[in-house]
Amino acid sequence: MITSEWLYWLIGAFFIAVSVFILTDRTHAKRVGNAAFWGILGLSFFAGTFVVSGALPAWALGIAVLVMVALAGLGFTGTTSRTRVASVPGAGVGSATGPAEPTAVTTRPSSSTSVLATTSPDERAGFAQRFGNRLFIPALVIPVVAVLVATLGPLVRIGGEPLLAEGSATLTGLGIGSVLAVVVAVLVLRPPRLDTPVREGARLLQAIGWAALLPQMLSTLGIVFTQAGVGDAVGTIIKAVLPDGSLLAAVVVYCLGMALFTAIMGNAFAAFPIMTAAIGWPVLVQGFDGNPAAIFAIGMLAGFCGTLVTPMAANFNLVPAALLEMRDKYGPIKAQLPTAGILLVVNMGVMYLVAF
Amino acid sequence: MRARLSRMFVLIGVAVVIIGFALRVNALLVVTVAGIVTAAIGGIDPVGILTAFGSGFASSRSVTTFALVLPVIGLIERYGLQDQAKRLIAKLDRLTTGRILAGYLVVRQVTAAVGLTSIGGPAQTVRPLVHPMAEGAATKKYGRIDERMREKIKGFSASSDTVGVFFGEDVFVAVGSILLITSFVDEAYKLTLEPIDLALWAIPTGIAALLVHGTRLLLLDRKLDKMAADVRQTEGVAA
Repeated sequence: MITSEWLYWLIGAFFIAVSVFILTDRTHAKRVGNAAFWGILGLSFFAGTFVVSGALPAWALGIAVLVMVALAGLGFTGTTSRTRVASVPGAGVGSATGPAEPTAVTTRPSSSTSVLATTSPDERAGFAQRFGNRLFIPALVIPVVAVLVATLGPLVRIGGEPLLAEGSATLTGLGIGSVLAVVVAVLVLRPPRLDTPVREGARLLQAIGWAALLPQMLSTLGIVFTQAGVGDAVGTIIKAVLPDGSLLAAVVVYCLGMALFTAIMGNAFAAFPIMTAAIGWPVLVQGFDGNPAAIFAIGMLAGFCGTLVTPMAANFNLVPAALLEMRDKYGPIKAQLPTAGILLVVNMGVMYLVAF
Repeated sequence: MRARLSRMFVLIGVAVVIIGFALRVNALLVVTVAGIVTAAIGGIDPVGILTAFGSGFASSRSVTTFALVLPVIGLIERYGLQDQAKRLIAKLDRLTTGRILAGYLVVRQVTAAVGLTSIGGPAQTVRPLVHPMAEGAATKKYGRIDERMREKIKGFSASSDTVGVFFGEDVFVAVGSILLITSFVDEAYKLTLEPIDLALWAIPTGIAALLVHGTRLLLLDRKLDKMAADVRQTEGVAA
């Protein structure tokens, strides 16, 4: 049976390659710190397999995690003073990594050995002219393959056993799709060297920086919150005001709570475990026997409505106002407020209608 | 009573997150400190805390699978993906302000839904392309636009990008928010959810977002008509 572990090893190998690229880049300002961060992250992806199987004690991996946090938190990583956090739209990472120069095209007139070296804007314009819409083909391979494997994969059985482990079909499809997309891109675009895709990926990863680890840490925080009873505490407070046995009220409170907690924290990822442990899981899924996939997906989108209206999500709301030199720095929020309000109600309605 | 009160103390962890994010402290540090504080208050010993971080990391590795799409995105960016996207968006040039922004919303949301979140953004497309086109269309139509109209167009230009990417990206499976849901609930509640099932449930809201914000962008033209009439009127009075 195929699990997702091979995928994590592939990701780990990518991170280790990034670490090696940085180590060999003599022009890099923070060479050792960055190389250590990506190297430890890569090794941790391999170590995770042995933690899951029980061969390695989890506290050992816990130490590695804290070392990575210390490296990033104390300023040993990054290329310039600030890096962009564009990897997680909607989540609204309200952090100091706000995009000082959030241009995706990092052009540096440095030597070709730099991990940030890529084509110049002029070269890109020329390539765009030449390749046109063919540029979109490799990118489309990923969702097409992912959807095909995710829908057809679970049907494949070998000797009565399912080929793919339960819950791993989508990730398997994503992994196969990503690899195939690189193959297609290399065939269409004919880059100068075979390691060019990995180097270009390393460039993007460097631009994301330590924020690449943030979603995983937020997921871990959610688990710690749940173990320590944060969800129960919030749930106790909510149940004091929630009318007993009303499905509609529970749906409204879950969606509204997601939007409010997201607006306060500036981050839907941080709000999700709290509201889900407080009400999404115990009341909506267990109490009212709802469909967990629908409840959780729509609940997250209710949180995004909160992201649209909070200055805490600076990257999405304040930075555009600054870039456009607006007098009113809340201009984008004002333009988004009615849409966010309507969509919050839509989310409540859709959840109420389809999830139960 | 005392037991109930002490159970409430774990909420200090939530406060740490709120304060830390508000003060713009490094988000990784905030999240880690909040986890340690919460676990300590919840009565988990130091080895238990390390174990929680280690097993949490191991079980949430799927969240980081977005890294797998970086090599191909980086490669096509190298060969002018963003330039090509700009060439497509520039074709909207002959429309009115509201229609340009509505057209961009469609482009942004559809491309985000197939995983191409990086082709747009406030710095990549809105500032250099979408906003100048939107403002240019208004100037062409009304002759002169005042500061209030200019601000309105800027706000809506930014919103067309943000709304598009927020409610498009969740339809793509390799996105942080979807994978965060599955990794968290699978670990916390022992479920085995498929990311694609969650992505499917993002489609109704995605369509609603397109209709709601698209309509509001189209109505922006009327609002600008009115504002321009006001401008002419006050100028007429002044003259």
